[in-house]
Amino acid sequence: MTATRLRPPKNRFDPRTLPWWRVQIAITTAIVAVPLTVLGLLIPPARPWLLIPAALSLLIGLMSAIIMPTWWYRVHRWEITDTAVYSLTGYFWRTWRIAPMSRIQTVDTTRGPVQRSFGLSTLVVTTASSAGAVTLQGLDHEQAAHLAEQLTELTDATPGDAT
Amino acid sequence: MSEQPSEEAPWQRLSPQSLKVTALLMVAAAIAGAVPTAIGISSATGWPIALTIVTAGAVVLIATVTAFDAVRLNITRYRVTDTRVEMTTGLLFKQRRSLARERIRSVDLTAHPLLRYFGVVKVKVGTGESGSASTATNQQTLTLDPVSRAEADRLRAELLRRDTTDDAEQTERHLATWQPRWLRYAPLSFLTPTLAAAAIGLTFQVSDWFGRGGLPVEIVHNLINDHGLWQVLGTGLATLLLLGVIGSLAFQGEAWWNHRLDREPGGTLRVRRGLLVSRSLSLEEKRIRGIDIVEPLGIRSAKAARLDVVAIGLKSQQNPDLTTLVPAAPRTVVTTAAEAVIGSTDVDLTPHPRGARTRRLRWACLVLLIMLAIITGVPQLWSTPDTVNRIIVICAALINLTAVWAAVDSYNALGHGFNRGYLVTRKGSIRRSTVHLDRTGIIGWRIKQSIFQRRLGLATLDATTAAGKGHYAVLDADEHEVIDFADNAVPGLLEPFIIRPQPDATTENPR
Repeated sequence: MTATRLRPPKNRFDPRTLPWWRVQIAITTAIVAVPLTVLGLLIPPARPWLLIPAALSLLIGLMSAIIMPTWWYRVHRWEITDTAVYSLTGYFWRTWRIAPMSRIQTVDTTRGPVQRSFGLSTLVVTTASSAGAVTLQGLDHEQAAHLAEQLTELTDATPGDAT
Repeated sequence: MSEQPSEEAPWQRLSPQSLKVTALLMVAAAIAGAVPTAIGISSATGWPIALTIVTAGAVVLIATVTAFDAVRLNITRYRVTDTRVEMTTGLLFKQRRSLARERIRSVDLTAHPLLRYFGVVKVKVGTGESGSASTATNQQTLTLDPVSRAEADRLRAELLRRDTTDDAEQTERHLATWQPRWLRYAPLSFLTPTLAAAAIGLTFQVSDWFGRGGLPVEIVHNLINDHGLWQVLGTGLATLLLLGVIGSLAFQGEAWWNHRLDREPGGTLRVRRGLLVSRSLSLEEKRIRGIDIVEPLGIRSAKAARLDVVAIGLKSQQNPDLTTLVPAAPRTVVTTAAEAVIGSTDVDLTPHPRGARTRRLRWACLVLLIMLAIITGVPQLWSTPDTVNRIIVICAALINLTAVWAAVDSYNALGHGFNRGYLVTRKGSIRRSTVHLDRTGIIGWRIKQSIFQRRLGLATLDATTAAGKGHYAVLDADEHEVIDFADNAVPGLLEPFIIRPQPDATTENPR
């Protein structure tokens, strides 16, 4: 048996993904913690039942906002070659995705409001499979647009219905 | 790509028989609705008034719906040109749907008993597109409801007729016929317990409608007081099981009576089935990307299996029966049918590392812990009577045994390998599935490794495809071997991303 393995993709994501991830985690935490805190302050009898979970979720949110983005940033990578789009994501649950250029159906870029404020974009490459999409979250906006254009050209040149 | 039809084909209309079908259906609906309403009204006003009101209502209902159907039939037109199938409908908003004929991959005919009586069929024409999010599924299918049986057969033959230049067989070939004795597998399917559970739910629902939601509980309670707990439990389970068996026999019998699988000239597979509702699905073989031999636990224990097809644009989630080529049947029958579809299915599967078993046994341990918590927790919290506690302990013990057995059994099921041009992966205990996936149909890889898998040296390889459920997994294989496997399956795709420490260890390509 060989020790064959996949090498990680070449490129790291934009360093601005770090603060972007932190803001995302902060928002998620706030959605849980703020209503709990407000209710806890308004309803004195239920205070411990509401404030303790609020404090816990704040703590978990804070910890993950500090730790997780650093870990993700170390692991998450992407690469686009002439033949394939390749990405590696996740820290505890690692996922390698490879989509061959000849099977790519659509190339989209999307930007959420938070993402926009960091000058980042998401590049979504889909194939005919519902499970085959490769999503590159956190590319520089200009770079994502450029890549999308390049990929569209490359895939348009490939004949066939990609199934 | 010529969008314009080269020659104007005449527009055609749907079958006017539809009016009779609709009218009769509405009569049935009106009767079903009218009887309880009439009884309700008569208690307040007396019979003559009640009957007048209800009859008037029924007539209005039947007339309105039938009139709507008449309008729909009148304004709907369809035609088949050299390049496209088109349909227009809509009174205020003209709708026009047009499918490119070269993209049509399936023609689906269904007819419930009334439609059959009037000799008409509902035709659904589908393209093979599994669809990105931007295009709704209804843009990819076109339904003609209804056309005459002869017209439906003509459409089916015409729409799936390809250039017959390739040397495909020109005659229809018979691949499998359902035998009524295969019905013996029906009670073993998971439909049986599901229907039994549904029967319990229905009892509660019905008693709730009459405002006596607690009645079933009361009755059971009284029965237990009169006859003793174990007797009631035993007879109750037996009755439910019997109901489930009868139900699944009825359902499976209706669905699969008269089933036959044929290969038709021009490279299409055709599945015909149905006792009351007759269904026919024609499937272009060009879009078949493999097969799935499914062996649910009960059916496997009777040495039977089911043959599903992995085809582009056919998703089993919508209707599990849709992808089935051969329902629960003896293994040899299924193997023969599978061989007729994709060729030999003989394959030696590589077993997965011991770590995969460790992982499954850990899940079983988790079940054990939960059960222990329940056994100790429930009597503490609710101080339940002893007999209930005993039942809980028995159930927990059974669940634990099942969990351990399922862990070992599902480990034994794991395996992957190559069968000529097909990637083969087998998994599952409760629902064992052996997928033969055409390697040219693999359109990407997804490799997943959780932190637990990493520590055991395992990884899960997902072959993504446009067909069937979209991805087929090789679960918990050796993390290194599985990369070689994927590299061999689709040569070249992974090559640029692979590191091989020993250069002499590179495996040669099996192709």
